Amino acid sequence: MVQTGQNDAVIRAEKLSLTFETNDGPVNALKDVSLEVNPGDFVSFIGPSGCGKTTFLRVIAALEEPTAGSITVNGMSPDEARRARAYGYVFQAAGLYPWRTIGGNVKLPLEIMGFSRAEQEERVRKVLELVDLAGFEKKYPWQLSGGMQQRASIARALSFDADILLMDEPFGALDEIVRDHLNEQLLKLWARTRKTIAFVTHSIPEAVYLSTRIVVMSPRPGRIADVIESPLPADRPLDIRDTPEFLDVAHRVREGLRAGHSYDD
Amino acid sequence: MKSILPILSVVAAIIALWYAGAVWMNSSWTLEQAQRAGTKPSLAEIIADTMHQERAVLPPPHQVVAELWDSTVNKRISSKRSLVFHGWVTLHATLWGFALGAAVGMGLAVSIVYFRVMDMSVMPWAIISQTVPIVAIAPMIIVVTNLIGIEDRLVPKAMISAYLCFFPILVGMVKGLRSPDAMQLDLMKTYNASGAQGFFKLRLPASLPYLFTSMKIGIAAALVGTIVGELPTGALRGLGARILVGDQFGPPIRIWSALMAASILAAALVGVVGLIQRVTLKRMGMAR
Repeated sequence: MVQTGQNDAVIRAEKLSLTFETNDGPVNALKDVSLEVNPGDFVSFIGPSGCGKTTFLRVIAALEEPTAGSITVNGMSPDEARRARAYGYVFQAAGLYPWRTIGGNVKLPLEIMGFSRAEQEERVRKVLELVDLAGFEKKYPWQLSGGMQQRASIARALSFDADILLMDEPFGALDEIVRDHLNEQLLKLWARTRKTIAFVTHSIPEAVYLSTRIVVMSPRPGRIADVIESPLPADRPLDIRDTPEFLDVAHRVREGLRAGHSYDD
Repeated sequence: MKSILPILSVVAAIIALWYAGAVWMNSSWTLEQAQRAGTKPSLAEIIADTMHQERAVLPPPHQVVAELWDSTVNKRISSKRSLVFHGWVTLHATLWGFALGAAVGMGLAVSIVYFRVMDMSVMPWAIISQTVPIVAIAPMIIVVTNLIGIEDRLVPKAMISAYLCFFPILVGMVKGLRSPDAMQLDLMKTYNASGAQGFFKLRLPASLPYLFTSMKIGIAAALVGTIVGELPTGALRGLGARILVGDQFGPPIRIWSALMAASILAAALVGVVGLIQRVTLKRMGMAR
Protein backbone atom coordinates (compact mmCIF):
# COMPACT_ATOMS: atom_id res chain seq x y z
CA MET A 1 0.00 0.00 0.00
CA VAL A 2 2.69 2.42 1.05
CA GLN A 3 4.84 1.12 -1.78
CA THR A 4 2.29 1.83 -4.50
CA GLY A 5 1.63 5.23 -2.97
CA GLN A 6 5.29 6.04 -3.28
CA ASN A 7 5.29 5.27 -6.97
CA ASP A 8 2.08 7.00 -7.85
CA ALA A 9 1.82 10.15 -5.75
CA VAL A 10 1.84 13.32 -7.85
CA ILE A 11 2.85 15.48 -4.93
CA ARG A 12 4.57 14.11 -1.88
CA ALA A 13 5.60 16.34 1.02
CA GLU A 14 7.40 14.98 4.05
CA LYS A 15 7.98 16.99 7.22
CA LEU A 16 8.02 20.10 5.12
CA SER A 17 8.82 23.33 6.97
CA LEU A 18 9.26 26.87 5.81
CA THR A 19 10.37 29.71 8.04
CA PHE A 20 10.35 33.30 6.83
CA GLU A 21 12.89 35.60 8.43
CA THR A 22 11.14 38.89 9.09
CA ASN A 23 12.08 42.00 11.04
CA ASP A 24 9.83 40.79 13.85
CA GLY A 25 11.67 37.49 14.04
CA PRO A 26 11.14 34.18 12.28
CA VAL A 27 7.64 33.23 11.14
CA ASN A 28 6.77 29.56 10.78
CA ALA A 29 4.70 29.60 7.61
CA LEU A 30 4.79 25.79 7.44
CA LYS A 31 5.76 23.29 10.12
CA ASP A 32 6.18 19.54 9.54
CA VAL A 33 3.64 19.29 6.77
CA SER A 34 3.36 15.76 5.34
CA LEU A 35 0.91 15.03 2.57
CA GLU A 36 0.43 12.91 -0.50
CA VAL A 37 -1.67 13.89 -3.46
CA ASN A 38 -2.59 11.13 -5.88
CA PRO A 39 -3.29 11.43 -9.60
CA GLY A 40 -6.75 12.75 -10.35
CA ASP A 41 -7.28 14.02 -6.79
CA PHE A 42 -9.07 17.27 -6.17
CA VAL A 43 -7.47 18.46 -2.96
CA SER A 44 -8.61 21.61 -1.20
CA PHE A 45 -6.55 23.48 1.35
CA ILE A 46 -8.66 25.42 3.77
CA GLY A 47 -7.79 27.49 6.81
CA PRO A 48 -7.63 31.00 8.19
CA SER A 49 -5.13 33.47 6.77
CA GLY A 50 -1.61 32.76 7.92
CA CYS A 51 -2.12 28.98 8.01
CA GLY A 52 0.33 28.47 5.14
CA LYS A 53 -2.10 27.15 2.54
CA THR A 54 -0.93 29.55 -0.15
CA THR A 55 2.69 29.08 0.93
CA PHE A 56 2.31 25.33 0.50
CA LEU A 57 0.93 25.82 -2.99
CA ARG A 58 3.83 28.13 -3.80
CA VAL A 59 6.31 25.54 -2.52
CA ILE A 60 4.76 22.97 -4.87
CA ALA A 61 5.18 25.49 -7.70
CA ALA A 62 8.81 26.23 -6.71
CA LEU A 63 7.90 29.86 -6.08
CA GLU A 64 9.08 29.39 -2.48
CA GLU A 65 11.96 27.34 -1.15
CA PRO A 66 11.22 25.11 1.89
CA THR A 67 13.69 25.43 4.78
CA ALA A 68 13.38 21.82 5.92
CA GLY A 69 11.82 18.52 4.86
CA SER A 70 11.38 17.18 1.37
CA ILE A 71 8.87 17.51 -1.41
CA THR A 72 8.55 15.93 -4.81
CA VAL A 73 6.26 16.84 -7.69
CA ASN A 74 5.84 14.12 -10.32
CA GLY A 75 8.80 12.43 -8.66
CA MET A 76 11.04 15.45 -9.23
CA SER A 77 12.04 18.41 -7.14
CA PRO A 78 9.55 21.28 -7.48
CA ASP A 79 12.07 23.31 -9.46
CA GLU A 80 12.65 20.48 -11.92
CA ALA A 81 8.89 20.11 -12.21
CA ARG A 82 8.58 23.82 -12.89
CA ARG A 83 11.20 23.56 -15.62
CA ALA A 84 9.35 20.57 -17.04
CA ARG A 85 6.21 22.75 -17.02
CA ALA A 86 4.38 20.20 -14.93
CA TYR A 87 1.67 22.47 -13.63
CA GLY A 88 -0.61 25.35 -14.52
CA TYR A 89 -1.04 28.01 -11.85
CA VAL A 90 -4.17 30.10 -11.37
CA PHE A 91 -3.80 33.14 -9.14
CA GLN A 92 -6.42 34.95 -7.11
CA ALA A 93 -6.55 37.74 -9.68
CA ALA A 94 -6.98 36.80 -13.31
CA GLY A 95 -3.91 38.86 -14.20
CA LEU A 96 -4.65 38.93 -17.90
CA TYR A 97 -2.44 41.23 -19.94
CA PRO A 98 -4.54 44.24 -20.95
CA TRP A 99 -2.64 44.55 -24.23
CA ARG A 100 -3.53 41.05 -25.33
CA THR A 101 -6.90 39.72 -26.43
CA ILE A 102 -8.38 36.77 -24.57
CA GLY A 103 -7.01 34.50 -27.28
CA GLY A 104 -3.63 36.25 -27.03
CA ASN A 105 -3.57 35.79 -23.28
CA VAL A 106 -4.31 32.08 -23.52
CA LYS A 107 -1.64 31.85 -26.19
CA LEU A 108 1.01 33.46 -23.97
CA PRO A 109 2.32 30.28 -22.31
CA LEU A 110 2.13 28.48 -25.68
CA GLU A 111 4.33 31.14 -27.29
CA ILE A 112 6.79 30.94 -24.43
CA MET A 113 6.91 27.16 -24.61
CA GLY A 114 7.44 27.22 -28.35
CA PHE A 115 4.35 25.51 -29.71
CA SER A 116 3.85 25.82 -33.47
CA ARG A 117 1.47 28.49 -34.78
CA ALA A 118 -1.12 25.98 -35.90
CA GLU A 119 -0.97 24.12 -32.61
CA GLN A 120 -1.33 27.40 -30.69
CA GLU A 121 -4.51 28.27 -32.56
CA GLU A 122 -5.90 24.79 -32.10
CA ARG A 123 -5.20 24.72 -28.36
CA VAL A 124 -6.59 28.19 -27.77
CA ARG A 125 -9.80 27.20 -29.49
CA LYS A 126 -10.04 24.00 -27.47
CA VAL A 127 -9.43 25.44 -23.99
CA LEU A 128 -11.66 28.46 -24.60
CA GLU A 129 -14.41 26.02 -25.44
CA LEU A 130 -13.59 24.08 -22.29
CA VAL A 131 -14.19 27.14 -20.10
CA ASP A 132 -17.22 28.26 -22.13
CA LEU A 133 -15.54 31.27 -23.68
CA ALA A 134 -15.73 30.23 -27.33
CA GLY A 135 -16.29 33.35 -29.44
CA PHE A 136 -14.53 35.69 -26.99
CA GLU A 137 -11.11 35.11 -28.49
CA LYS A 138 -10.84 38.58 -30.03
CA LYS A 139 -12.18 40.49 -27.02
CA TYR A 140 -9.93 42.41 -24.67
CA PRO A 141 -9.96 41.57 -20.94
CA TRP A 142 -11.67 44.82 -19.96
CA GLN A 143 -14.61 43.86 -22.17
CA LEU A 144 -15.26 40.78 -19.98
CA SER A 145 -16.79 40.40 -16.51
CA GLY A 146 -14.63 39.36 -13.55
CA GLY A 147 -15.92 35.79 -13.69
CA MET A 148 -15.20 35.52 -17.41
CA GLN A 149 -11.71 36.92 -16.88
CA GLN A 150 -11.02 34.29 -14.25
CA ARG A 151 -12.28 31.60 -16.61
CA ALA A 152 -9.90 32.93 -19.24
CA SER A 153 -7.05 32.69 -16.75
CA ILE A 154 -8.02 29.06 -16.05
CA ALA A 155 -7.98 28.45 -19.81
CA ARG A 156 -4.51 29.97 -19.90
CA ALA A 157 -3.34 27.57 -17.18
CA LEU A 158 -4.88 24.61 -19.02
CA SER A 159 -3.64 25.51 -22.49
CA PHE A 160 -0.33 23.68 -22.34
CA ASP A 161 -1.96 20.60 -20.84
CA ALA A 162 0.05 20.15 -17.64
CA ASP A 163 -1.18 17.29 -15.46
CA ILE A 164 -1.42 19.42 -12.34
CA LEU A 165 -3.53 22.50 -11.80
CA LEU A 166 -2.62 24.68 -8.82
CA MET A 167 -5.33 27.18 -7.91
CA ASP A 168 -4.83 29.87 -5.29
CA GLU A 169 -8.24 31.19 -4.22
CA PRO A 170 -9.20 31.63 -7.86
CA PHE A 171 -12.78 32.63 -7.08
CA GLY A 172 -12.07 34.55 -3.87
CA ALA A 173 -12.71 37.96 -5.40
CA LEU A 174 -15.99 37.00 -7.11
CA ASP A 175 -19.52 37.23 -5.79
CA GLU A 176 -21.27 34.12 -4.55
CA ILE A 177 -23.58 33.62 -7.51
CA VAL A 178 -20.74 33.74 -10.01
CA ARG A 179 -18.68 31.58 -7.70
CA ASP A 180 -21.37 28.85 -7.55
CA HIS A 181 -21.51 28.82 -11.30
CA LEU A 182 -17.74 28.61 -11.68
CA ASN A 183 -17.52 25.87 -9.06
CA GLU A 184 -19.97 23.81 -11.04
CA GLN A 185 -18.02 24.44 -14.24
CA LEU A 186 -14.74 23.60 -12.58
CA LEU A 187 -16.05 20.21 -11.47
CA LYS A 188 -17.18 19.46 -15.01
CA LEU A 189 -13.83 20.54 -16.34
CA TRP A 190 -12.02 18.36 -13.82
CA ALA A 191 -14.23 15.38 -14.73
CA ARG A 192 -13.40 15.89 -18.40
CA THR A 193 -9.68 16.46 -18.09
CA ARG A 194 -8.86 14.26 -15.08
CA LYS A 195 -6.22 16.72 -13.90
CA THR A 196 -4.85 16.65 -10.41
CA ILE A 197 -6.04 19.84 -8.76
CA ALA A 198 -4.73 21.53 -5.64
CA PHE A 199 -7.12 24.27 -4.65
CA VAL A 200 -6.68 26.88 -1.93
CA THR A 201 -9.81 28.45 -0.49
CA HIS A 202 -11.22 29.98 2.66
CA SER A 203 -14.79 28.98 1.88
CA ILE A 204 -16.05 25.82 3.61
CA PRO A 205 -18.91 25.13 1.16
CA GLU A 206 -16.56 25.61 -1.78
CA ALA A 207 -14.00 23.19 -0.33
CA VAL A 208 -16.58 20.54 0.49
CA TYR A 209 -18.42 20.88 -2.80
CA LEU A 210 -15.32 20.59 -4.98
CA SER A 211 -12.93 18.23 -3.27
CA THR A 212 -12.22 14.56 -3.04
CA ARG A 213 -9.97 15.46 -0.12
CA ILE A 214 -10.02 18.44 2.18
CA VAL A 215 -6.88 19.47 4.02
CA VAL A 216 -7.75 21.61 7.02
CA MET A 217 -4.86 23.81 8.09
CA SER A 218 -4.25 25.98 11.14
CA PRO A 219 -1.94 28.91 11.73
CA ARG A 220 1.10 29.74 13.88
CA PRO A 221 2.84 27.56 12.97
CA GLY A 222 1.15 26.64 9.68
CA ARG A 223 0.33 22.93 9.84
CA ILE A 224 -2.23 20.32 8.84
CA ALA A 225 -5.00 19.97 11.42
CA ASP A 226 -7.11 17.37 9.64
CA VAL A 227 -7.38 15.56 6.32
CA ILE A 228 -10.92 14.61 5.32
CA GLU A 229 -11.71 12.11 2.57
CA SER A 230 -14.96 13.22 1.04
CA PRO A 231 -17.70 10.57 0.98
CA LEU A 232 -19.64 12.55 -1.62
CA PRO A 233 -20.20 10.95 -5.03
CA ALA A 234 -18.24 12.14 -8.04
CA ASP A 235 -21.35 13.50 -9.69
CA ARG A 236 -22.30 16.60 -7.73
CA PRO A 237 -25.20 18.84 -8.65
CA LEU A 238 -25.24 22.17 -6.79
CA ASP A 239 -28.08 21.08 -4.50
CA ILE A 240 -25.92 18.32 -3.05
CA ARG A 241 -25.00 21.07 -0.62
CA ASP A 242 -28.33 20.58 1.15
CA THR A 243 -27.85 16.84 1.77
CA PRO A 244 -26.95 15.52 5.25
CA GLU A 245 -23.70 14.00 3.90
CA PHE A 246 -22.55 17.37 2.67
CA LEU A 247 -23.44 19.06 5.94
CA ASP A 248 -21.60 16.30 7.84
CA VAL A 249 -18.39 16.97 5.94
CA ALA A 250 -18.81 20.72 6.32
CA HIS A 251 -19.30 20.20 10.05
CA ARG A 252 -16.11 18.21 10.31
CA VAL A 253 -14.19 20.91 8.44
CA ARG A 254 -15.55 23.51 10.81
CA GLU A 255 -14.53 21.39 13.80
CA GLY A 256 -11.02 21.08 12.40
CA LEU A 257 -10.79 24.83 11.89
CA ARG A 258 -12.03 25.48 15.41
CA ALA A 259 -9.52 23.04 16.93
CA GLY A 260 -6.74 24.82 15.10
CA HIS A 261 -7.88 28.19 16.35
CA SER A 262 -8.09 27.16 20.02
CA TYR A 263 -4.30 27.50 20.31
CA ASP A 264 -4.71 31.21 19.84
CA ASP A 265 -6.78 32.05 22.87
CA MET B 1 -14.52 68.06 -28.60
CA LYS B 2 -15.81 68.89 -25.14
CA SER B 3 -12.32 70.08 -24.24
CA ILE B 4 -12.29 72.76 -26.92
CA LEU B 5 -14.39 75.30 -25.01
CA PRO B 6 -12.19 75.48 -21.88
CA ILE B 7 -9.07 75.69 -24.04
CA LEU B 8 -10.53 78.53 -26.09
CA SER B 9 -11.56 80.41 -22.95
CA VAL B 10 -8.02 80.16 -21.58
CA VAL B 11 -6.58 81.33 -24.92
CA ALA B 12 -9.02 84.26 -24.96
CA ALA B 13 -8.04 85.18 -21.40
CA ILE B 14 -4.33 85.08 -22.28
CA ILE B 15 -4.86 87.28 -25.36
CA ALA B 16 -6.90 89.77 -23.31
CA LEU B 17 -4.16 89.91 -20.64
CA TRP B 18 -1.54 90.28 -23.36
CA TYR B 19 -3.32 93.27 -24.90
CA ALA B 20 -3.75 94.87 -21.48
CA GLY B 21 -0.06 94.31 -20.77
CA ALA B 22 0.91 95.76 -24.14
CA VAL B 23 -1.08 98.92 -23.50
CA TRP B 24 0.38 99.29 -20.04
CA MET B 25 4.01 98.60 -20.97
CA ASN B 26 4.09 100.47 -24.27
CA SER B 27 2.24 103.55 -23.05
CA SER B 28 5.29 105.03 -21.30
CA TRP B 29 7.00 105.49 -24.64
CA THR B 30 3.86 107.08 -26.08
CA LEU B 31 3.64 109.49 -23.15
CA GLU B 32 7.33 110.32 -23.42
CA GLN B 33 6.93 111.20 -27.09
CA ALA B 34 3.84 113.26 -26.35
CA GLN B 35 5.66 115.16 -23.63
CA ARG B 36 8.50 116.01 -26.00
CA ALA B 37 6.03 117.17 -28.64
CA GLY B 38 4.13 119.10 -26.00
CA THR B 39 0.80 117.43 -26.75
CA LYS B 40 -1.64 115.78 -24.38
CA PRO B 41 -2.98 112.59 -25.99
CA SER B 42 -6.37 111.20 -24.98
CA LEU B 43 -6.71 107.66 -23.56
CA ALA B 44 -8.00 106.39 -26.91
CA GLU B 45 -5.01 107.90 -28.68
CA ILE B 46 -2.60 106.32 -26.21
CA ILE B 47 -4.17 102.90 -26.66
CA ALA B 48 -4.15 103.24 -30.43
CA ASP B 49 -0.48 104.21 -30.39
CA THR B 50 0.57 101.22 -28.24
CA MET B 51 -0.83 98.87 -30.86
CA HIS B 52 1.67 99.56 -33.63
CA GLN B 53 4.96 100.80 -32.24
CA GLU B 54 8.12 99.98 -34.17
CA ARG B 55 10.10 98.96 -31.06
CA ALA B 56 7.35 97.98 -28.67
CA VAL B 57 8.44 96.71 -25.23
CA LEU B 58 5.65 94.15 -25.41
CA PRO B 59 4.36 93.82 -28.96
CA PRO B 60 0.62 93.07 -28.95
CA PRO B 61 -0.49 89.68 -30.37
CA HIS B 62 -1.49 90.92 -33.81
CA GLN B 63 1.97 92.44 -34.36
CA VAL B 64 3.62 89.15 -33.36
CA VAL B 65 1.31 87.18 -35.64
CA ALA B 66 1.99 89.59 -38.51
CA GLU B 67 5.75 89.28 -37.98
CA LEU B 68 5.40 85.51 -37.74
CA TRP B 69 3.45 85.49 -41.02
CA ASP B 70 5.95 87.80 -42.65
CA SER B 71 8.98 85.77 -41.60
CA THR B 72 7.52 82.39 -42.57
CA VAL B 73 5.29 82.87 -45.61
CA ASN B 74 6.77 85.99 -47.22
CA LYS B 75 10.42 84.90 -47.02
CA ARG B 76 12.19 82.31 -49.10
CA ILE B 77 12.60 79.12 -47.01
CA SER B 78 16.35 79.15 -47.57
CA SER B 79 16.63 82.79 -46.48
CA LYS B 80 18.37 83.65 -43.20
CA ARG B 81 15.36 85.80 -42.41
CA SER B 82 12.93 82.92 -42.70
CA LEU B 83 11.68 81.39 -39.46
CA VAL B 84 11.01 78.21 -41.40
CA PHE B 85 14.74 78.01 -42.08
CA HIS B 86 15.67 78.63 -38.43
CA GLY B 87 12.86 76.38 -37.23
CA TRP B 88 14.14 73.56 -39.41
CA VAL B 89 17.67 73.95 -38.04
CA THR B 90 16.30 73.73 -34.51
CA LEU B 91 13.96 70.85 -35.31
CA HIS B 92 16.77 68.91 -36.95
CA ALA B 93 18.97 69.13 -33.85
CA THR B 94 15.99 68.48 -31.57
CA LEU B 95 15.12 65.25 -33.33
CA TRP B 96 18.72 64.04 -33.18
CA GLY B 97 18.93 65.03 -29.53
CA PHE B 98 15.64 63.32 -28.76
CA ALA B 99 16.72 60.13 -30.53
CA LEU B 100 20.01 60.14 -28.63
CA GLY B 101 18.35 60.98 -25.31
CA ALA B 102 15.63 58.36 -25.78
CA ALA B 103 18.23 55.70 -26.64
CA VAL B 104 20.35 56.58 -23.61
CA GLY B 105 17.32 56.88 -21.33
CA MET B 106 15.79 53.56 -22.41
CA GLY B 107 19.13 51.76 -22.34
CA LEU B 108 19.90 52.99 -18.84
CA ALA B 109 16.36 52.17 -17.71
CA VAL B 110 16.65 48.56 -18.85
CA SER B 111 20.02 48.13 -17.16
CA ILE B 112 18.78 49.81 -13.97
CA VAL B 113 15.79 47.47 -13.78
CA TYR B 114 17.84 44.35 -14.48
CA PHE B 115 21.06 45.11 -12.61
CA ARG B 116 21.00 46.18 -9.00
CA VAL B 117 24.49 47.59 -9.36
CA MET B 118 23.25 49.99 -12.03
CA ASP B 119 20.29 50.94 -9.88
CA MET B 120 22.58 51.78 -6.97
CA SER B 121 25.27 53.55 -9.01
CA VAL B 122 23.66 55.20 -12.02
CA MET B 123 20.30 56.35 -10.67
CA PRO B 124 21.70 58.89 -8.15
CA TRP B 125 23.94 60.36 -10.87
CA ALA B 126 21.06 60.61 -13.27
CA ILE B 127 19.18 62.65 -10.68
CA ILE B 128 22.22 64.81 -9.91
CA SER B 129 22.73 65.44 -13.62
CA GLN B 130 19.43 67.29 -13.70
CA THR B 131 20.38 69.64 -10.87
CA VAL B 132 23.24 71.08 -12.92
CA PRO B 133 22.08 74.25 -14.69
CA ILE B 134 21.99 73.51 -18.39
CA VAL B 135 23.04 77.06 -19.31
CA ALA B 136 26.31 76.41 -17.48
CA ILE B 137 26.99 73.13 -19.23
CA ALA B 138 25.89 74.14 -22.72
CA PRO B 139 28.81 76.49 -23.54
CA MET B 140 31.27 73.92 -22.18
CA ILE B 141 29.91 71.20 -24.42
CA ILE B 142 30.12 73.55 -27.41
CA VAL B 143 33.69 74.57 -26.62
CA VAL B 144 34.87 71.03 -25.98
CA THR B 145 33.30 69.57 -29.13
CA ASN B 146 34.84 72.43 -31.10
CA LEU B 147 38.26 71.78 -29.50
CA ILE B 148 38.23 68.13 -30.48
CA GLY B 149 37.61 69.17 -34.04
CA ILE B 150 33.87 68.78 -34.52
CA GLU B 151 32.92 71.76 -36.65
CA ASP B 152 29.25 70.98 -37.06
CA ARG B 153 27.21 72.82 -34.48
CA LEU B 154 24.57 70.08 -34.75
CA VAL B 155 26.62 67.70 -32.58
CA PRO B 156 26.89 69.79 -29.40
CA LYS B 157 23.30 70.98 -29.80
CA ALA B 158 22.00 67.42 -30.03
CA MET B 159 24.11 66.49 -27.01
CA ILE B 160 22.70 69.30 -24.89
CA SER B 161 19.24 68.39 -26.09
CA ALA B 162 19.81 64.73 -25.19
CA TYR B 163 21.18 65.76 -21.78
CA LEU B 164 17.87 67.40 -20.96
CA CYS B 165 15.52 64.82 -22.39
CA PHE B 166 17.07 61.51 -21.35
CA PHE B 167 16.03 61.95 -17.73
CA PRO B 168 12.23 62.00 -17.98
CA ILE B 169 12.44 59.07 -20.39
CA LEU B 170 14.71 57.16 -18.02
CA VAL B 171 12.41 57.73 -15.04
CA GLY B 172 9.23 56.88 -16.98
CA MET B 173 10.73 53.75 -18.50
CA VAL B 174 12.07 52.49 -15.14
CA LYS B 175 8.65 52.97 -13.60
CA GLY B 176 7.00 51.25 -16.56
CA LEU B 177 9.39 48.30 -16.60
CA ARG B 178 8.75 47.83 -12.89
CA SER B 179 4.98 48.12 -13.23
CA PRO B 180 4.22 44.37 -13.56
CA ASP B 181 3.30 43.11 -10.09
CA ALA B 182 4.75 40.12 -8.26
CA MET B 183 1.91 37.91 -9.46
CA GLN B 184 2.61 38.60 -13.13
CA LEU B 185 6.31 37.94 -12.60
CA ASP B 186 5.49 34.69 -10.76
CA LEU B 187 3.26 33.68 -13.65
CA MET B 188 6.19 34.07 -16.05
CA LYS B 189 8.26 31.95 -13.69
CA THR B 190 5.67 29.16 -13.69
CA TYR B 191 5.97 29.06 -17.48
CA ASN B 192 9.74 28.76 -17.05
CA ALA B 193 10.05 31.81 -19.31
CA SER B 194 13.53 33.04 -20.18
CA GLY B 195 14.69 36.52 -19.21
CA ALA B 196 14.27 37.75 -22.78
CA GLN B 197 10.72 36.38 -22.93
CA GLY B 198 9.89 38.08 -19.62
CA PHE B 199 11.22 41.32 -21.06
CA PHE B 200 9.57 41.27 -24.47
CA LYS B 201 6.27 39.68 -23.48
CA LEU B 202 5.70 41.32 -20.12
CA ARG B 203 7.92 44.19 -19.03
CA LEU B 204 8.28 46.01 -22.34
CA PRO B 205 4.59 46.14 -23.31
CA ALA B 206 3.69 47.00 -19.71
CA SER B 207 6.10 49.94 -19.83
CA LEU B 208 4.75 51.54 -23.01
CA PRO B 209 2.02 53.75 -21.50
CA TYR B 210 4.59 55.14 -19.04
CA LEU B 211 7.17 55.53 -21.77
CA PHE B 212 4.89 57.55 -24.03
CA THR B 213 3.91 59.91 -21.24
CA SER B 214 7.54 60.57 -20.42
CA MET B 215 8.46 60.92 -24.10
CA LYS B 216 5.99 63.79 -24.36
CA ILE B 217 7.86 65.56 -21.58
CA GLY B 218 11.16 64.47 -23.11
CA ILE B 219 10.59 65.89 -26.57
CA ALA B 220 9.59 69.28 -25.16
CA ALA B 221 12.73 69.20 -23.00
CA ALA B 222 14.78 68.27 -26.08
CA LEU B 223 13.55 71.39 -27.86
CA VAL B 224 14.46 73.57 -24.88
CA GLY B 225 17.89 71.94 -24.81
CA THR B 226 18.47 72.67 -28.48
CA ILE B 227 17.46 76.30 -28.09
CA VAL B 228 19.76 76.67 -25.09
CA GLY B 229 22.50 75.15 -27.26
CA GLU B 230 21.86 77.85 -29.89
CA LEU B 231 22.06 80.73 -27.45
CA PRO B 232 25.82 80.97 -26.77
CA THR B 233 27.58 83.31 -29.16
CA GLY B 234 28.69 81.85 -32.42
CA ALA B 235 25.42 80.29 -33.42
CA LEU B 236 23.92 82.04 -36.40
CA ARG B 237 21.21 79.62 -37.22
CA GLY B 238 18.26 78.22 -35.31
CA LEU B 239 15.44 79.68 -33.25
CA GLY B 240 17.79 80.16 -30.29
CA ALA B 241 20.19 82.23 -32.36
CA ARG B 242 17.27 84.21 -33.68
CA ILE B 243 16.14 84.93 -30.12
CA LEU B 244 19.64 86.02 -29.11
CA VAL B 245 20.12 88.25 -32.16
CA GLY B 246 16.72 89.79 -31.67
CA ASP B 247 17.58 90.36 -28.04
CA GLN B 248 20.85 92.14 -28.70
CA PHE B 249 20.53 93.83 -32.08
CA GLY B 250 17.19 93.50 -33.75
CA PRO B 251 13.75 94.82 -32.85
CA PRO B 252 12.14 93.01 -29.87
CA ILE B 253 9.38 91.77 -32.15
CA ARG B 254 11.90 89.28 -33.55
CA ILE B 255 12.33 87.63 -30.14
CA TRP B 256 8.62 87.39 -29.76
CA SER B 257 8.01 85.83 -33.12
CA ALA B 258 10.90 83.39 -32.59
CA LEU B 259 9.49 82.52 -29.18
CA MET B 260 6.09 81.99 -30.70
CA ALA B 261 7.59 79.81 -33.41
CA ALA B 262 9.41 77.78 -30.75
CA SER B 263 6.24 77.16 -28.78
CA ILE B 264 4.31 76.21 -31.90
CA LEU B 265 7.09 73.76 -32.71
CA ALA B 266 6.99 72.35 -29.17
CA ALA B 267 3.23 71.94 -29.31
CA ALA B 268 3.51 70.20 -32.68
CA LEU B 269 6.20 67.82 -31.41
CA VAL B 270 4.23 66.93 -28.27
CA GLY B 271 1.17 66.51 -30.47
CA VAL B 272 2.96 64.10 -32.78
CA VAL B 273 4.18 61.97 -29.85
CA GLY B 274 0.67 62.06 -28.43
CA LEU B 275 -0.73 60.86 -31.74
CA ILE B 276 1.75 57.99 -31.94
CA GLN B 277 0.82 57.14 -28.35
CA ARG B 278 -2.87 57.07 -29.14
CA VAL B 279 -2.45 54.94 -32.26
CA THR B 280 -0.04 52.50 -30.60
CA LEU B 281 -2.07 51.99 -27.43
CA LYS B 282 -5.22 51.63 -29.44
CA ARG B 283 -3.68 48.94 -31.58
CA MET B 284 -2.50 47.21 -28.41
CA GLY B 285 -6.04 47.35 -27.05
CA MET B 286 -5.03 49.47 -24.06
CA ALA B 287 -7.00 52.57 -25.03
CA ARG B 288 -10.62 52.32 -23.99
